[in-house]
Amino acid sequence: MYRKSFAKEIDYLGYDSVAIVAIISLFVGAVVTIQTALNLDNPVIPAYYIAIATRESIILEFSPTMISLILAGKVGSNIASTLGTMRVTEQIEALEVMGINSAAYLILPKIIASMLFNPILILLSMFLGILGGYIAGDLSGMITPPDYILGLQLGFKPYYVVYSLSKTVVFAFLITSISAYYGYTVKGGAVEVGAASTKAVVISSVAVIVANYVITQLVLSN
Amino acid sequence: MIEVKGLQKSFESNHVLKGVDVCFEKGKTNLIIGRSGSGKTVFLKCLLGLHEIDGGSILYDGRDSRLMDKKEQGELRQELGMVFQGGALFDSMTVRENVLFPLQMFSDMSNSEINDRVDFCLSRVNLEGVGERFPAEISGGMKKRVSIARSIVLNPKYLFCDEPNSGLDPMTAVVIDNLIREITEEFNITTVINTHDMNSVMEIGDHIVLLKEGIKVWEGNRFEILQTEDPNITDFVFTSELFKTIKGVARSKTK
Repeated sequence: MYRKSFAKEIDYLGYDSVAIVAIISLFVGAVVTIQTALNLDNPVIPAYYIAIATRESIILEFSPTMISLILAGKVGSNIASTLGTMRVTEQIEALEVMGINSAAYLILPKIIASMLFNPILILLSMFLGILGGYIAGDLSGMITPPDYILGLQLGFKPYYVVYSLSKTVVFAFLITSISAYYGYTVKGGAVEVGAASTKAVVISSVAVIVANYVITQLVLSN
Repeated sequence: MIEVKGLQKSFESNHVLKGVDVCFEKGKTNLIIGRSGSGKTVFLKCLLGLHEIDGGSILYDGRDSRLMDKKEQGELRQELGMVFQGGALFDSMTVRENVLFPLQMFSDMSNSEINDRVDFCLSRVNLEGVGERFPAEISGGMKKRVSIARSIVLNPKYLFCDEPNSGLDPMTAVVIDNLIREITEEFNITTVINTHDMNSVMEIGDHIVLLKEGIKVWEGNRFEILQTEDPNITDFVFTSELFKTIKGVARSKTK
């Protein structure tokens, strides 16, 4: 049953987020390239710098942090409202009467599913963000495909990808555990479930931003 | 049989149960009645182990719940069935999966035995053919019946129902009452029901306990309730003209 529940959570929290992550990443990657190209409109600066800037923006910040914030909204509200509704309709009590550890059964699969699947979403986001920049640069004529590919390769540090994926795992834990806490501890009715859902999104978003600062300071500043 | 001795439960300074002594016998439908805030729900939750008790004891066929270790408590929980007020069915599961769930969690039966058991429980509550529907797609009465099927799937020794008739039309309420009574007698279960429904009291009340401000103030059966002059009962049960008339008719017949 725990395995079945885990597979369900992968589906709800992971697969269901692929479309929104793909669309946002593709377009934001395109916009980052265009904005960078407009700001680097100087004959002295080589065009491949546009690709370097796009790559670093996407890998270091946009994909891990911004996508995690979007997931905090989508997944966080889903978790809080689902658990909150289960609480107010006595479904959680029904589990406890059966002798099932409701927190372990309901929350643990969500946390594990998010911590395992969010890095995959972020990898997808990195790839599509960079692809979006490539397409936008080519279509607008701001950077040629060979320059873009050269820029992507120049000074690339694989460690940045590892760093980004590591912080994604921390963000996934924060989003799911904070949202689950607010949903699981709801008391009252529909209004309280809505309030808990809002609170879960706000608090988990703030937690992601603060954790991002702390991790960046600890890992990259040395 | 469930024996409750001097049961006390407080929430900070609010003393909800002030020493309740009562015995619920096997094979009987035991009803707990009382006004809102009289402590019925807290009492039921104490019996279910959802609230830790502050004083007294609860004996399940002689086994004191407070003296049990974790393993024994886990085993006891699998002997308890509960029908919640709103059904408490899992929204993300079909009717069949809801009934199947306790078996998948706790039984070591084979798949075919599990399927047979689920089919039996669904047919016992007259719900053949709705197994693939989701709770949102069935009526309130059907939800209660699914909840009953789920609560009996592990062959419980003790069945608890929290207001099983709330929100149901009178005909469906009678169906649910009769179903609970039949199951209680058929499987020789100790059944405890929290209710406000006076029809249930008159229909299936083998043993009725009236709680008032956390104290047991009256107990008897559905025949005795019509004869008693206890003001606690007359004030609570016979407030409407209809029930006053019923009481009058019943008493004139016995004379």
